[in-house]
Amino acid sequence: MTLAIEAVDLVKVFKGGVRAVDGLSLEVEAGTVFGLLGPNGAGKTTVVRILTTVFLPDSGRASVLGHDVVTASEEVRANIGLAGQFAAVDENLTGLENLRMIGQLTRLSRNTAVARANELLELFELTDAAKRIAKTYSGGMRRRLDLAAALLHKPSVLFLDEPTTGLDPYSRQALWGVIEELVNEGTTVLLTTQYMEEADRLSNVIAVVDHGKVISQGTPSELKSTLGATVIDLEMSSNEEADRLGRLLLEKIGKQPRLVGAGVELPLENGPAQVRELLEIMEAADLMPVRLDLRDPSLDDVFLSLTGHVAAELQEGGRK
Amino acid sequence: MTVAAKVHSEVVAERGLSRFFSDMFVVTERNIIALVRIPQSLFFSSVQPIMFVLLFRYVFGGAINVPGHSYVDFLMPGIFLQTVAFGSIGTAIGLAEDLHKGFIERFRSLPMARSAVLAGRTSADLIRNIGVLILITAVGILVGFRIHAGIWAFLGGLLLILLFAYALSWGFSMIGLLAPNTETAQVMSFPLLFPLTFASSAFVPVQSMPGWLQPFANNQPFSILVDAMRALSNGGPTADYVIKSLLWSVGLLIVLAPLAARRFRRSF
Ligand SMILES: Nc1ncnc2c1ncn2[C@@H]1O[C@H](COP(=O)(O)OP(=O)(O)OP(=O)(O)O)[C@@H](O)[C@H]1O
Ligand SMILES: [Mg+2]
Repeated sequence: MTLAIEAVDLVKVFKGGVRAVDGLSLEVEAGTVFGLLGPNGAGKTTVVRILTTVFLPDSGRASVLGHDVVTASEEVRANIGLAGQFAAVDENLTGLENLRMIGQLTRLSRNTAVARANELLELFELTDAAKRIAKTYSGGMRRRLDLAAALLHKPSVLFLDEPTTGLDPYSRQALWGVIEELVNEGTTVLLTTQYMEEADRLSNVIAVVDHGKVISQGTPSELKSTLGATVIDLEMSSNEEADRLGRLLLEKIGKQPRLVGAGVELPLENGPAQVRELLEIMEAADLMPVRLDLRDPSLDDVFLSLTGHVAAELQEGGRK
Repeated sequence: MTVAAKVHSEVVAERGLSRFFSDMFVVTERNIIALVRIPQSLFFSSVQPIMFVLLFRYVFGGAINVPGHSYVDFLMPGIFLQTVAFGSIGTAIGLAEDLHKGFIERFRSLPMARSAVLAGRTSADLIRNIGVLILITAVGILVGFRIHAGIWAFLGGLLLILLFAYALSWGFSMIGLLAPNTETAQVMSFPLLFPLTFASSAFVPVQSMPGWLQPFANNQPFSILVDAMRALSNGGPTADYVIKSLLWSVGLLIVLAPLAARRFRRSF
């Protein structure tokens, strides 16, 4: 196995003492897609910034294609592409000028940069807007332009921080296609995302990050199987009833179910046999659902069961 | 196990001076394009100084007594310096904006010479200043300004001002990098520029100021630059002013450029 990205015990503490990354390690095999998943503030963007040499880590080490991100950062930069979480587009330049500039700064000649820019504008369906100032672009167009900028020099390792946030479903599908094609050609991709569907579809390996650490890692199906085979979906007659049931289940079985309106969802650790226990609890409290459903777990469930404490703390207004 | 993947042919990092200059050129070009396209920055660098020329020439000028030549000849060297000094606020604002819009993050992930970001910004300011000084000279001549000490001395004076402004750009780069946002970058710039510009020999003779202010007004760098420019434009002894101006400019550049570069490296 060849590693394209390796990080060992990375730590980054910001002024004011926020431990954004707190002993994080990861390994990404060359030619695969690695998904970083985590709640807001988990440290995903900071990790991406360390791996792309934007930030220096306080301790630990990391390398990309075998080059240390601190001591051989020039080599790292020559071989990576980054599309950051917030589109870094120069509003005063046209789409084409933006790409030409980034292309020249990634060591393409001016003519090659323009040719490559036109190719990518076409790929991201921005050709019609190529000569317009980026100030007039919609949010999704800026994002696509930013993604194009990350691909100019055909980097062998690509970092995408929430690449599809703000894209319409059509553009999202199109981007997934582009990423899959790049991976087929041998590109390694590290992406962060808030969309489970995206992580599920694209990633070979997913790491769930919370409080600056990897708290769980595996292929999408491995992660799902850690939850047990089945999730129960209950629909109550009102949101209030759902809330009451949520509190009751937390008290009786020690797990916080996920509440969505009048819906209550809970992974069954002991399999379908646990249905009976739940029904007894609900019956005793006179809280019967209007509908009951059993299904396979999704990555959403994995994410929530791993990081559910965050939601709980948020409800108490605890976490900054 | 930790072997570099060679799926794509690996790109070897390029280094050296030619990379620095080509990157600096690209960043400069980008900043110049922005300058021309942002109406506010075009206004601040051209319309505002013209308004100052007209204001002092026709509104305040009559009330100010100056020794030697006419007031407009006294005024223009001051306007030159004021214009480039106020222009450097744009440096602070521009860099703060780049920093907070994630642009510098993108630059830092590119295989470019990192020093080209600040060098490109200050070079663009230098080019802007050349353009603005030509414009202001033309406007000055239209309202009666005359060069008495010869064209070469006058051009030499403008070069002195450009060098000083270049040093200032580095200082204001640092303000841009320190400011938490663009508005603050602007707010931080004014308290520095106002006393230096107005408590100077730029618009009125220092002798007309109260006694306690005169030592500052006489010896601060803006006055020294204005006095040098005035001597090189209106005639009179120049050597002393020119040497002091050069010392200030080079001294500030030697101090401010490394400080800004260090701040740039440390902002992450
Ligand atoms: N430049 C910075 N200065 C100070 N604190 C920062 C800085 N950048 C991030 N942080 C803090 O570090 C923590 C992790 O932030 P980070 O942006 O890495 O999270 P994230 O997982 O990308 O979150 P999101 O999903 O919201 O993008 C947060 O608490 C954040 O406030
Ligand atoms: Mg983020």
